[in-house]
Amino acid sequence: MTVNDAGIRRGPNVAPGGVGRRNRRRWWRNYERDQVLTAAFFLAPALVILGIFVFYPIVSGIHISLTDWNGFDPVKTFVGLENYGRLAQSSEFWNSLFVTLLYALGVSVLSVVSGLAIALLLDAPLRGRGFYRGIYFLPVVTSSVAAAIVWKYMLDPAGFVNAFLAKFGIMGPDWLQDRWLALGALTLLTVWKNIGFNAILYLTALQALPNSVSEAAQIDGASFRQRVRHITVPLLAPMTFFVVLQALITSFQAFDLVYVLTGGGPRGGTDVLGMLMYREAFRLGNFGYGTAIAFVTLCLVLGVSLVQWRASGAGKDDE
Amino acid sequence: MMKHSRATSLGRHAILLTGALFVVVPFLWMFTTSLQTRAETYTNASIVPTSWHWENYLHAWQAAPFSQYYVNSIIMAVGIVTGHLVLDAFAAYAFARLRFPGRNAIFVVLLAALMIPTFVTIIPTYAIVANLGWIDTYAGLIVPRLADVFGIILLRQYFSTIPVELEEAARLDGCSRIGTFFRIIVPLSKPALATLGIFSFLFAWNDFLWPLLVTNTDESRTIQIGLQAFVGRYGTSWNYLMAGTLTATVPSMVVFMFFQRALVRGVATTGLKE
Repeated sequence: MTVNDAGIRRGPNVAPGGVGRRNRRRWWRNYERDQVLTAAFFLAPALVILGIFVFYPIVSGIHISLTDWNGFDPVKTFVGLENYGRLAQSSEFWNSLFVTLLYALGVSVLSVVSGLAIALLLDAPLRGRGFYRGIYFLPVVTSSVAAAIVWKYMLDPAGFVNAFLAKFGIMGPDWLQDRWLALGALTLLTVWKNIGFNAILYLTALQALPNSVSEAAQIDGASFRQRVRHITVPLLAPMTFFVVLQALITSFQAFDLVYVLTGGGPRGGTDVLGMLMYREAFRLGNFGYGTAIAFVTLCLVLGVSLVQWRASGAGKDDE
Repeated sequence: MMKHSRATSLGRHAILLTGALFVVVPFLWMFTTSLQTRAETYTNASIVPTSWHWENYLHAWQAAPFSQYYVNSIIMAVGIVTGHLVLDAFAAYAFARLRFPGRNAIFVVLLAALMIPTFVTIIPTYAIVANLGWIDTYAGLIVPRLADVFGIILLRQYFSTIPVELEEAARLDGCSRIGTFFRIIVPLSKPALATLGIFSFLFAWNDFLWPLLVTNTDESRTIQIGLQAFVGRYGTSWNYLMAGTLTATVPSMVVFMFFQRALVRGVATTGLKE
């Protein structure tokens, strides 16, 4: 709410305090009354909404995570760091953390590889570029629910995938009943869903690269593969940073796809942190504990991004 | 890149087509299955339609209150898109053009909010909305998402590229600041507003977690939640299920087809999805 206060109430008609009054006045003189009033008028609606439903919840969430609140009881008993301690001792949490990290790793690597590959292939005067772009982008605009439903039934023992394998005499497994295969399927589904998005990002970055370096290398006899490996890929580092960051955020927040595809199963095999939080808070009514999971996840995302930022050396070139 | 022989171009097409097939097979299967009889869905795993039972769509539509889901989703989407276009544009204008105390500080705080994943705020936000008695209402679906930071940043960038001289000229002619916003900034920003509108629509139409939390009845469910409930009820009727899924996907596809260019440009310039 502090944001609101800063943005709106600090209008020019706020009476300056006794001390430092002269300074205040001089400071105000830098602003035109008419502009400040207009700004307050323009900013107020958005800041009120964001203040109540985004910023206040962040602060309130920290408080909730330190209570044993069940979501309905008007009384929130302060329990200190108990929820966080309980998390550290919960095998369910460690399983979720492990699953999420593995999932995030898989999604990141495959997103970079598939996005870059498609972008490199499309970055040429090629017929049907618009067609490919359209096709690859289709899953991005499809809802997670619809995508996960279709995948779920395609992976059913009686579904398309196993029927297809059967044509080659392969007896397909029950994909979503094996914890590793289910996690693999979830990873592939996530990459499939975002493939067009990542390809467009890389394509934009590729088209912004200066041609001269690559051309000079070609004149010097560097092959296509050498140029990609030693020139294009290093120059794309900032975009790779961004693609990986997106993949990390997507995986750490994953919920929709998991909820519909596997519900977190089998036996916790795809029980990502988002699922765990949802179950604890909204199924079991442990709002305090659920909020603690959310904050630990937030710290993990920030931590992993920071490590990746350092490692990639991308830093400032990125947004 | 540079010169390409015919052979490498063919190679490119071969790989791109294989990839495209991987991407498109689930859609083909969905479409094919939606037109089969129930018996066929278990025996004929084809991705090319062999039978054309269009009546499945009617059956699916009537098997669950899809009309109600659709109406709810449309109302929610219209509310959110309008909110984003108006509130985001207002705020963006203030950040792009007006001088007021704390401008940079507030903007930095907004940027920082982008780093916060939604589910960190979702439990407290749910508590607020529940307290307001907004569960199972349009207000609960719409109001918390009336403004968004991405839109503010996107529009602020765009507004900053419009020459200030245009507004100054209008001001000299006696136009108020609010007047210049509506008469100069808005008409000149149609492409950016269109991009934001498309993203907001896709976000609203496809959104799942929030509507899942705040709707408990068929009367208030949106299409995505209704679809998920449909899976529970008709899990074994694949043909109806796929017909329902396809029906729920059509609006995003249509928007995508009509606005592909604006959408791709938006992704390219902002790196934002939905």
